Amino acid sequence: MPGPFVDDARVAQARGIASQVIEPVFDLIRRHTTISVERTVLRLFGMSDAGPGGIPLTNLMTDRLKAAGVLNRGAAYWYARALQLGAASPLDAVERIAALPAGKLAPLSAEMEGNLRAEVRREAEAAVDELRRRIDERDALRREYPMSPAPHRYVIVATGNIYDDVDQARAAAQAGADIIAVIRSTAQSLLDYVPHGATSEGYGGTYATQENFRIMREALDAESRRLKRYIQLTNYSSGLCMAEIAFAAAWEKLDMLLNDAMYGILFRDINMRRTFIDQYFSRRICALAGIIINTGEDNYITTADAYDAAHTVIASQFINEAFAKRAGLQDWQLGLGHSYEIDPHRPETLLLELSQAMLIRRCFPDAPLKYMPPTKHKETDIFFSHAYDVMADLVAIWTRQGIQLLGMMTEAMHTPLLGDRYVALKSAGYIHRAARGIDEEFVVREDGKIANRARFVFGKAMELLEECRQDGLVAAIGQGRFGDVKRSETGGKGLEGVMEKSPDYFNPFLDILEGR
Amino acid sequence: MAGESHPIRAYGDRRDDGVIQLSFTLPVPLSDKAKEAARQFCTRLGLLDVKVAAAEPAADNYTFFVVYGRADVSLDYSSIDVPEIVFRKLGFDELNKLIEDRVARRVVVLGACTGTDTHTVGIDAILNMKGYAGDYGLERYPWFEAYNLGSQVPNEELIRKAEEQKADAILVSQVVTQRDVHKDNGRQFIDVAKAHGLKGKTILLLGGPRVDHKLAMELGFDAGFGPGTKPSDVANYIVHALLKKMGKEPEDLHFEGEPA
Repeated sequence: MPGPFVDDARVAQARGIASQVIEPVFDLIRRHTTISVERTVLRLFGMSDAGPGGIPLTNLMTDRLKAAGVLNRGAAYWYARALQLGAASPLDAVERIAALPAGKLAPLSAEMEGNLRAEVRREAEAAVDELRRRIDERDALRREYPMSPAPHRYVIVATGNIYDDVDQARAAAQAGADIIAVIRSTAQSLLDYVPHGATSEGYGGTYATQENFRIMREALDAESRRLKRYIQLTNYSSGLCMAEIAFAAAWEKLDMLLNDAMYGILFRDINMRRTFIDQYFSRRICALAGIIINTGEDNYITTADAYDAAHTVIASQFINEAFAKRAGLQDWQLGLGHSYEIDPHRPETLLLELSQAMLIRRCFPDAPLKYMPPTKHKETDIFFSHAYDVMADLVAIWTRQGIQLLGMMTEAMHTPLLGDRYVALKSAGYIHRAARGIDEEFVVREDGKIANRARFVFGKAMELLEECRQDGLVAAIGQGRFGDVKRSETGGKGLEGVMEKSPDYFNPFLDILEGR
Repeated sequence: MAGESHPIRAYGDRRDDGVIQLSFTLPVPLSDKAKEAARQFCTRLGLLDVKVAAAEPAADNYTFFVVYGRADVSLDYSSIDVPEIVFRKLGFDELNKLIEDRVARRVVVLGACTGTDTHTVGIDAILNMKGYAGDYGLERYPWFEAYNLGSQVPNEELIRKAEEQKADAILVSQVVTQRDVHKDNGRQFIDVAKAHGLKGKTILLLGGPRVDHKLAMELGFDAGFGPGTKPSDVANYIVHALLKKMGKEPEDLHFEGEPA
């Protein structure tokens, strides 16, 4: 551990404030559901196909229920009623529900209602057991082929075509990558449905679909066996379909997901209530599936200045951690995000970057953490950029980052060439090998620049957390405290998909995931 | 220099040695055959004394090469035709002063990453206070009134807001280039600008990692800015273009760093 910098009591205090900050949000989460949470419930029951025109059955069914004004009783309830009407398949269930005149389904007796719920609860338990069985298969493979020591080297593929992605992912794994991220098609986060099937066209990335997840995981399983080293796969549980993506990822045995409690609000202008509710259910699924989440604090310092806004990263990490813990995630699943983004034209940036990364390691000793490379100040001089990336590699090993996204020397120009990825992996491998254990050899002086800067940043993070507690998280976001982006509680996309739960709301999966 | 020939070659460590370095990947496993293929590939590019300095297994079926060779290409530098610089590039204070003195009001600039593109990195670098590579963004200039509308802004909305603010210049950033979406979106922007009568009236600029001045002109923009552009490059261009439109600078005035 590079340093205390701040007392344990102060760190515990920050954690305590963060849990108070999120408390009011949990009132909202408890009382509401969203159309995407309800779609996820249907997916958990096995409704994964698309209907006419490629529209997912889950969308057809929840849209119909929402239009009839009855979705707030829970999609699980209506799924149960469709089964009771004799639905033989998910498509049949949708058709039966769709055929019912709005609100004309006769109420059941209390006894029938009770039986129906018990029956569907059993079905939900069986579905969760099947999901657990699949996760166990993934974990067995992980045990059979252990991963390289951390930092796990994370690289991105983004061809738009899942089959080309597979070729690039296998090449990256062969060159030393530990984690493959398939970047999503531009603006998928704003789609209020999950596209269906294998896709070969995307813009700036490849659509996240359950089938694409399956194809890539299958290829990486094969590659893991060949290399005798488990290769992890990650995708993006963000936007308007956080929980549905979390389900698809869990089912298809992904290892990680980008999943942030506030990212969608700030950087995709998704409605605040929608995001808070969706993130909770998505994280409950990640908790069950042993998925490591990656949070997005690194994004704050690509919009705001990395030196001036360093404390916002720390404050947000405490908040993200509090949300995650409330959703059942454990420390080893918290890939809290941060990055090497201070303007390299300043003096002493290596000291400043070390200070920030050491402070984060000190505050979250048991979390893997996810370290992002420089992007904002990358130059088109690829030789300089390569040297710049290597410094981030050094900070990553020095501060024992669990997950390190590797910078690409051609970042300022184009999506990485295959050779760029190779060069980045080779140099990161060298630095990690060369400097492993450096943190145990050098003690950071408590009266020096690194420690003083860490104390200063921590102090400002405490002030921001205190402000969030006093004024509320909603107000703090409204004032642009995170990432210099201002959002209002009723602004943004997707608010129309938020519903207050009816008193007889039924969601057996939420009960199971919450351990009831 | 005019009239006098001035031959140049690439400079490695001696005048006229013609040495250049390049790196590339071939989709074959590393082997002696692969190295020979790389050598022949570079010979076909016209290089002499090709040295395959590094051949590395980038993956099972891909080899990454670093190659040196001599290019027997000589250019007459005096024949390179780039408009002569009349005006040197102005720094932050000088440019503010130029606006104050000659435009005599704040220059209004709106920018966004339009269409489906979610990447604000380009537009942020140019407009945001902080700027890029130590070069201040337009928001920092007291004589610019700069608005950054962010990403995923429909072209129509950017144009509408530009009309509301009586913008002198509009910056369109395009980062994602798959299937040439940046070109399609750029064309669509120009169509909307024409429909609103802004073409020829408002300065229309395109920027992005795969954008150059020629492409931007082809699409109907006044200028294009590619990778490595600093905010001060864009600021200088806008002020000169505006002064030309106001008739306060000659049409054929050229300045340091102008898009070409």
